[in-house]
Amino acid sequence: MIKSDILIIGAGPAGLFTVFEAGLLKLRCHLIDALPQPGGQCSEIYPKKPIYDIPGFPEVLAGDLIDNLMKQAEPFKPTFTLGESAETIEEDSEGNYIVTTDAGTKHMAPVVVIAGGLGVFTPRKPPIAELPQFEDKGVEYIVRDPEFYRGKKVVISGGGDSALDWTYFLANGIADRVTMVHRSQSFKAHPDSVQKVLDMAEAGTIDLIMDSEVVGISGNGHVESVLIKSKSGDEKHLPTQHWIPLFGLTPKLGPIADWGLEIEKSAIKVNTVDYSTNRPGIYAIGDVNTYEGKLKLILCGFHEGTIMIQSAFKRVYPDKKNVLKYTTVQGIHGF
Amino acid sequence: MSKEDVHITIIDREGVSHEVDAPLGIGMNIMELCKAMELPVEGTCGGMALCASCQIYIESEHDILDRNEDEQAMLDEAWHVEDNSRLGCQIPISEILEGLVVRIAPE
Repeated sequence: MIKSDILIIGAGPAGLFTVFEAGLLKLRCHLIDALPQPGGQCSEIYPKKPIYDIPGFPEVLAGDLIDNLMKQAEPFKPTFTLGESAETIEEDSEGNYIVTTDAGTKHMAPVVVIAGGLGVFTPRKPPIAELPQFEDKGVEYIVRDPEFYRGKKVVISGGGDSALDWTYFLANGIADRVTMVHRSQSFKAHPDSVQKVLDMAEAGTIDLIMDSEVVGISGNGHVESVLIKSKSGDEKHLPTQHWIPLFGLTPKLGPIADWGLEIEKSAIKVNTVDYSTNRPGIYAIGDVNTYEGKLKLILCGFHEGTIMIQSAFKRVYPDKKNVLKYTTVQGIHGF
Repeated sequence: MSKEDVHITIIDREGVSHEVDAPLGIGMNIMELCKAMELPVEGTCGGMALCASCQIYIESEHDILDRNEDEQAMLDEAWHVEDNSRLGCQIPISEILEGLVVRIAPE
């Protein structure tokens, strides 16, 4: 059981800045995020895009903003459960919440802050009717352990960095044979990654099938071949033991929708006095919440986290008084 | 209809047509128009051509099928892509859209 004063679900900008504001009040935070790295959308979708509306930063790359928020939170020693998504919530007899992830990790805190953005990032699945029956039976959306593919025939689809990087990695002495199937002639990836894969195809180390996509799967209880269709309409079956479709991730609100919170248009309704939800001790900040006049902006998430944590302090320490102290006067006293 | 807007028809995933006079001059795009009409378009990435959740088909004869580089790269990764696919977020509302008919692509 991982214990903290504040359990933050979602390690995007709003969640990370809340660690800092909580730290000023001597509250310790733990964060859960489904992604393997902190930063939420900023890291996953647009790390190299400039943001222009962060106060005091005329221009900052989304990835740099996350690095800075991590640095700002660092004195307060946040801890993380990454690569797992929050699934269930229970309340114990002392008013603490116990949040369990999809991997079974348990967390306990008197205050839960949902800073989940647009939701849990889940793999984008190709629209193939027989796909569900082959999930985890030869179709994997994430490479968890490269060794799993040792000596196997693998087909990888997608034209982004993860498709290219895994093709390169698995073709380097792990898989028996890697075939990359890509819809077009161009890639949406780092030029170095593209060049490495093109070089491998040139050298015959991998098979690269462009202007084509996987449109079908066959096998008896496990993937035995995939059906590849080219833009010109030609179809062929390619024998393989695994197909890894890597088409990026898309957010879904997920199990939080069943936590007994008031939901309106896929967002959690909050009281703007302190961004509390209808369940005492559960707050929602950032893009995941909604209220009259809501703006889905990072800077609004920062404000919401700051206001919210004052109310959370009273729940963690009902008998203590809290006075606003300026960092210019007090400095930062980490844990 | 005044000169401040253009008439656009958006067909949703159930085949229902929604007629709207879309305002000119406020920097709106088709994705934002769909969201403003509470049609089921996510616009996850906020309009950066990075998610394809606002994919639409151009059903009228308007000459707006040219995709920009980012948009093309995103559509290369998306599904249900047809020759008349565009990302709604990459189509600004302008006078040339008068009479436009678009259909929202499947999720």
